[in-house]
Amino acid sequence: QVPVLRPMDLMVEATPRRVFANAHTYHINSISVNSDYETYMSADDLRINLWNFEITNQSFNIVDIKPANMEELTEVITAAEFHPHHCNTFVYSSSKGTIRLCDMRTSALCDRHAKFFEEPEDPSNRSFFSEIISSISDVKFSHSGRYIMTRDYLTVKVWDLNMENRPIETYQVHDYLRSKLCSLYENDCIFDKFECVWNGSDSVIMTGSYNNFFRMFDRNTKRDVTLEASRENSKPRAILKPRKVCVGGKRRKDEISVDSLDFSKKILHTAWHPSENIIAVAATNNLYIFQDKVN
Amino acid sequence: MFVRGLKRKCFDGEEDIEGTLAGIKAIPSYNLQRQSLLDMSLVKLQLCHMLVEPNLCRSVLIANTVRQIQEEMTQDGTWQMINTQSTGQASLDRLVSTDILCRSSREQAEGKHVPGYSTFNKDFEGDPAQDSSETMSTASSVQAPRNLQSNVWEMENPQENKGNFQKSLDQIFETLENKSPNSVEDLFSEVDNSYYDLDTMLTGMMSNTKMGHCDGLETFSSPTTATSNSNCKSDLNELDHIVEILVES
Repeated sequence: QVPVLRPMDLMVEATPRRVFANAHTYHINSISVNSDYETYMSADDLRINLWNFEITNQSFNIVDIKPANMEELTEVITAAEFHPHHCNTFVYSSSKGTIRLCDMRTSALCDRHAKFFEEPEDPSNRSFFSEIISSISDVKFSHSGRYIMTRDYLTVKVWDLNMENRPIETYQVHDYLRSKLCSLYENDCIFDKFECVWNGSDSVIMTGSYNNFFRMFDRNTKRDVTLEASRENSKPRAILKPRKVCVGGKRRKDEISVDSLDFSKKILHTAWHPSENIIAVAATNNLYIFQDKVN
Repeated sequence: MFVRGLKRKCFDGEEDIEGTLAGIKAIPSYNLQRQSLLDMSLVKLQLCHMLVEPNLCRSVLIANTVRQIQEEMTQDGTWQMINTQSTGQASLDRLVSTDILCRSSREQAEGKHVPGYSTFNKDFEGDPAQDSSETMSTASSVQAPRNLQSNVWEMENPQENKGNFQKSLDQIFETLENKSPNSVEDLFSEVDNSYYDLDTMLTGMMSNTKMGHCDGLETFSSPTTATSNSNCKSDLNELDHIVEILVES
């Protein structure tokens, strides 16, 4: 029998080119490529390791916060990223809402931070859930390298690298959830880890929310918008209609009440093209690509 | 579902103005809410290391919440009173940090699956009262708080029968709480329901953990239906039975 050539649709299959194994005991939460394009780091709950792309069987441990006695563990690493221009500088965030900036030139093991960013707690907002909602789920340098952005459960914060004692900007992502924290703790949604992104010029920041909503904040005009990534509610190439969540009292037409939000539809991952106004949004098992309306 | 009034009023003290009859009628006291949160957190911690791949960040955050509650209860004097009755058991703090946290992290370090259920059975081996009820053993998966509460019951009123159970609970909570509840009877119904609710919540959470779904806040704000009340009854009877055994021993 002569083999027959049968045309088929293009199939894409991912195969690993290199595997960097056996350096992490705990769940890996971040990887970040260095600006030298020779090294990258990987971070788990308690340690951060530095790798060379060409060397798969060896890494250097650069951060280790594992206590000698695990009983004393009260804080874990939640995210880490290299500075976009300075290949010796990186930041990592913690479950207690703090960010540490480290310089790899100071020592092999970056146990002591060069800078420590933490906002003092607001005593009027204190509750048993304060620590959980302060846990940072994502940290991102601005493209300029002058700012970092952090995402915690209810807000996005922008920090100036030169000011450690508080952020320069705070944006409320879904403050209407503040009175629902108990329920969100019960159903575990309070542990959801949302990412955040900068646009190419660092003027707009974006992050996801529930009900397939995602939010954008313009840092200059201070305007914000809520959009929805859903096939049911918008056709391809149609302009997205801004959404609004109604927090109480009369619900206007087209507004959604807090109690109608679908908490299983969460947008945790988003990305922004480095130079164009094109965004990618992951909603459950769908990937949406949106762009500025053209012509 | 969670305790009826509790889902309306959160610990950050913010008033929920949804103000339905159910909400106004039964606002549990702060101490009760706090105790429920403690119970829920302990259940979550146990669930944490039943998973094949425990989430260390989650465990740490929940454990910290438990410690916070504990510290506040110690400052209140609430914890002190219960603690003095404890039968030489390690304080909850030690229990949380050693058994639970260590177990989950050690398990990760060893890459082994910790058979959570077998561990629990070991804890409950010598205790017929707890073995006799699934409700108690699943809801009170950490031994310390349940034993402490049973000791409190013993201390307050050794001669108990079913009818007086609720009354003695009333006395206990009155001594513990600082604020007076709106209605003492409603306080009981909240307490009783919470045991059942912890159990359903446990089941609910197991499926949640597997499927990764959230019920949505609508489910939480809906008032308890008659169906769940009737389910409560059988569990309540079991609970009364166990309390009898604990108290008489």
